[in-house]
Amino acid sequence: MARIIFIQKDGTKRVVEAEPGMTVMEAAVKNAIPGIAAECGGACACATCHVYVDDAWREATGTPEQMEEDMLDFAFDVRPASRLSCQIKVTEALDGLVVSIPEKQF
Amino acid sequence: MSEHVIKTDAVIVGAGPVALFAVFELGLVDIKAHVIDILDRPGGQCTELYPEKPIYDVPGLTVVTGQELTDRLMDQIKPFGAEFHFNQRVDTLERLDGGYRLTTDAGTILECKVVVIAAGGGSFTPKRPPLPGIEQYEGTSVFYSVRKVENFKDRDVLIVGGGDSALDWALNLQPIAKSLTLLHRRAEFRAAPASVQKMLDLAEQGAINFKLGQVTELHGESGKLDSVTVKGPDGATFEQPTEVMLPFFGLTMKLGPVADWGLNLEENLIPVDTAKFETSEKGIFAIGDINTYPGKLKLILSGFHEAALMAQQAHKYVYPDKKLIFQYTTSSSSLQKKLGVK
Repeated sequence: MARIIFIQKDGTKRVVEAEPGMTVMEAAVKNAIPGIAAECGGACACATCHVYVDDAWREATGTPEQMEEDMLDFAFDVRPASRLSCQIKVTEALDGLVVSIPEKQF
Repeated sequence: MSEHVIKTDAVIVGAGPVALFAVFELGLVDIKAHVIDILDRPGGQCTELYPEKPIYDVPGLTVVTGQELTDRLMDQIKPFGAEFHFNQRVDTLERLDGGYRLTTDAGTILECKVVVIAAGGGSFTPKRPPLPGIEQYEGTSVFYSVRKVENFKDRDVLIVGGGDSALDWALNLQPIAKSLTLLHRRAEFRAAPASVQKMLDLAEQGAINFKLGQVTELHGESGKLDSVTVKGPDGATFEQPTEVMLPFFGLTMKLGPVADWGLNLEENLIPVDTAKFETSEKGIFAIGDINTYPGKLKLILSGFHEAALMAQQAHKYVYPDKKLIFQYTTSSSSLQKKLGVK
């Protein structure tokens, strides 16, 4: 199991347990984390599961592949730490991962 | 102008996989259907959102892509000669004596005995950037599509986005606009390489102003845009003066006009019974992702089942005097004749 910490825009923190193999988006949806819409259900086709990966975890989570980078064009307020959470696979190495939820998904 | 009215048995709203299979099930019971969809081709979400993504839970097909499933369904329903009306959204539904009249935003008018709403998550509409106050500029300074090119003549135009729509309109409006600025968050594009090259050439010549960044604020008064604040890739902001902004951020699904048809709704879904998949109104059915009932699963296979049961009830409205005898396609010569295999 890996713990993932979701931080809302207002600073509210939620820690959820995620099983390796699932995606960060799935962990969020399963635990009803507000702000992760995941309209397309994880097909990397909508950009409504946009998160900002905490700087300390950016290396561990890697960089977006081209399809994800393309899809990020549809997100709002994209930053260098932006990722689509449906494209981050949970591993034991990501235990303690911190991601912030943007103010708006669109 | 005289009104041309198409008269038919059934109108299916939506052209996703469940809508397509509804053509099949209705066809087996001799109900002729017209299909209307806002997109330019069949398949709905399957072809719009994930044409190349594998689907693993369609019975009998170990793995199938959204596009392939759509192609197979189109082939399967060919014998029933459904007529398709693409690039149109059904806007209004009126009650007639013994039927319904639907009118699309393209002016197509259809009269039918039954309506099958198979509109999935709703109709695809352009995404509205969540910029504070953007509503006040919509239709005057902010546009999500180009209806009339003339409207942009001699104006300062800002196009935002990096896909084909953004690039195509940048190239098309550049010759008539007073100035054309293309704003994208990065130097890579999702558009056709030829369009990108053409745009870069025009930028080189100074005919297009290509900038990197994302819009964060809009400035103007009473629906008239004066400028936007842009955050550049380095995090620094600058002001970009413009009269018009065209944001192209893809499509999202909205329930749309269905909400105003006088049907009972539960959180943007249409409640139905699980024997006939009929809405709160007799003769109007809802199948697939757009409906809700106890235990509902948003699966393509559930929608197929719903289509089959819907057709049984629809038959009662289209042929009130005929008794429907349940038959199998495997053994019924009359069904096989309809399918064109006998």
